Amino acid sequence: MTDGLRVRLRMDRGAFQLDVDLDLPRQGISALFGHSGSGKTTVLRAIAGLERAPGGVVALGGDVWQDDARGVFVPVHKRAIGYVFQEASLFPHLSVRANLEFGRRRVPVHERRFALEPVTALLGIAGLLERRPDGLSGGERQRVAIARALLASPRLLLMDEPLAALDLRRKQEILPYLERMHGELAIPIVYVSHAPDEVARLADHLVLLDAGKAVASGPLTETLARVDLPPSFADDAGVVLDTIVVGHEEDALSRLEFAGGTLLVGRRREAVGTHLRCRIHARDVSLALDCPQGTSIVNRLPAVVTAVAATDTPGHVLVQLRMGQSPLLARITERSRRELDIAPGLRLWVQIKGVALLS
Amino acid sequence: MTLDTADLAAVRLTLELAAVVTLLLLAIGTPIAWWLARTRSRLRHAVGAVVALPLVLPPTVIGFYLLLLLGPNGPVGKLTEALGIGLLPFSFGGLVLASVCYSLPFVVQPLQNAFEAMGTRPLEVAATLRASPWDTFWSVAVPLARPGFLSGAVLGFAHTVGEFGVVLMIGGNIPDKTRVVSVQIYDHVEALEYAQAHWLAGGMLAFSFIVLLALYTLYPQAMKGRRS
Repeated sequence: MTDGLRVRLRMDRGAFQLDVDLDLPRQGISALFGHSGSGKTTVLRAIAGLERAPGGVVALGGDVWQDDARGVFVPVHKRAIGYVFQEASLFPHLSVRANLEFGRRRVPVHERRFALEPVTALLGIAGLLERRPDGLSGGERQRVAIARALLASPRLLLMDEPLAALDLRRKQEILPYLERMHGELAIPIVYVSHAPDEVARLADHLVLLDAGKAVASGPLTETLARVDLPPSFADDAGVVLDTIVVGHEEDALSRLEFAGGTLLVGRRREAVGTHLRCRIHARDVSLALDCPQGTSIVNRLPAVVTAVAATDTPGHVLVQLRMGQSPLLARITERSRRELDIAPGLRLWVQIKGVALLS
Repeated sequence: MTLDTADLAAVRLTLELAAVVTLLLLAIGTPIAWWLARTRSRLRHAVGAVVALPLVLPPTVIGFYLLLLLGPNGPVGKLTEALGIGLLPFSFGGLVLASVCYSLPFVVQPLQNAFEAMGTRPLEVAATLRASPWDTFWSVAVPLARPGFLSGAVLGFAHTVGEFGVVLMIGGNIPDKTRVVSVQIYDHVEALEYAQAHWLAGGMLAFSFIVLLALYTLYPQAMKGRRS
């Protein structure tokens, strides 16, 4: 028995088959990422007990919520979970305050982990308490739903694409709150998403689901850098680097340091010492045998090739590299690979055309 | 000339009957409607059809079979006699039972529609917030189905007030015991007392119109759902 969340599920629903066996860490955000129909929501619902996979096992540390071999199935309302649905699903007949109190009131006093005030402050909804749900914006509703789930004192927070129903502005409004929760609360979160940017920004641990199977499960950075994943994931391929702001240049650039070198990006407002997560898309990386001269690209770094794999796009390959401690992926044409004779072990230079800052 | 004592007795009896029947209908109709809205059992079509039968059957058919069931040779009649309750036909109790059967669809259908319309999501949300199924039913399902309860109660009440055939078959025409307004109107018309009949008939007309107007105004959705 592990300390974290153990999920073993098998389901056969004719056209859809689910078969996963996961051990997720006790800390941080684990993202279940996959295309629609991959089974990620079903996994989440089964963890909550909203769905039952016969013969399954769901356990958080020593708390066994489902173990059909031993005849254990704890009903949903007796599991210490919080669940945030894609649509906020606030109770329309209750005020925001009564919605927030709904779960809290039902938790025995000695098991309550949060008071109303800090949670409403954390999610920026303290001013909405006396409002009715139908008078709130989509972003406000979803923040209330998240607060409501937290106030039920969960030992595990399950979030099913909480941002998918929101437009870009609302997403940008909520993401910082999710990051604060991540930083300030010691509750493991399982986060279902099909948006690569959300996953790259929030997750610590990544599970890739494809057609009901977990094709990869591991720490975010390592998992994203894998080249042995199904080709359908290769289009979005890219790595995430954890960096620290180390300086601001005079020509409106900022210098970020990561385990493997430094990157230059457009001037950031963050102070020196701030942690920033950034994402480098495989298609924004090009390779050169010698240190490129006479190029407009400022980020040029030495790297070593560790693997080469095929992609879904005809004529293209995915190259896995290592810059110091950090992995990197590059998507290049098969012709370039042949002409430059790129193979594992080769030392070369990477040029990074774009760095997406995620926070 | 206005209502005489016999008329007033009929009005009082009718309101009493409708009130008792409405309460019983809510108590019986709610679990049936909940089950019909939530179950995937194959029996649901058969149960739904049985509940809806009074909508299409002539009241005399229902009255006839109830009379056989409740009569001295019917299984229910034998049971009530054995229990010392006596026979139900031609008593207030019989009238209540017959009215409950006859008005059941008018309560079950709006409730079933209301329970179906809320979907499973609010119930799932409540479960993830530690509410047991019983708790969820009272704290989430009932408040969300309020329009259904209101229109079910009003329709059940109004329909009981308005019934005639079943009442006549099961209740007969005993003053103060089973003579309700609709029967009293019939008696007046038979006796060519048109002025008396007008007072009662006009009152019923006004009552029914006001009730329906109030429902359509307050809960247009609930009424639309009921008809579809």
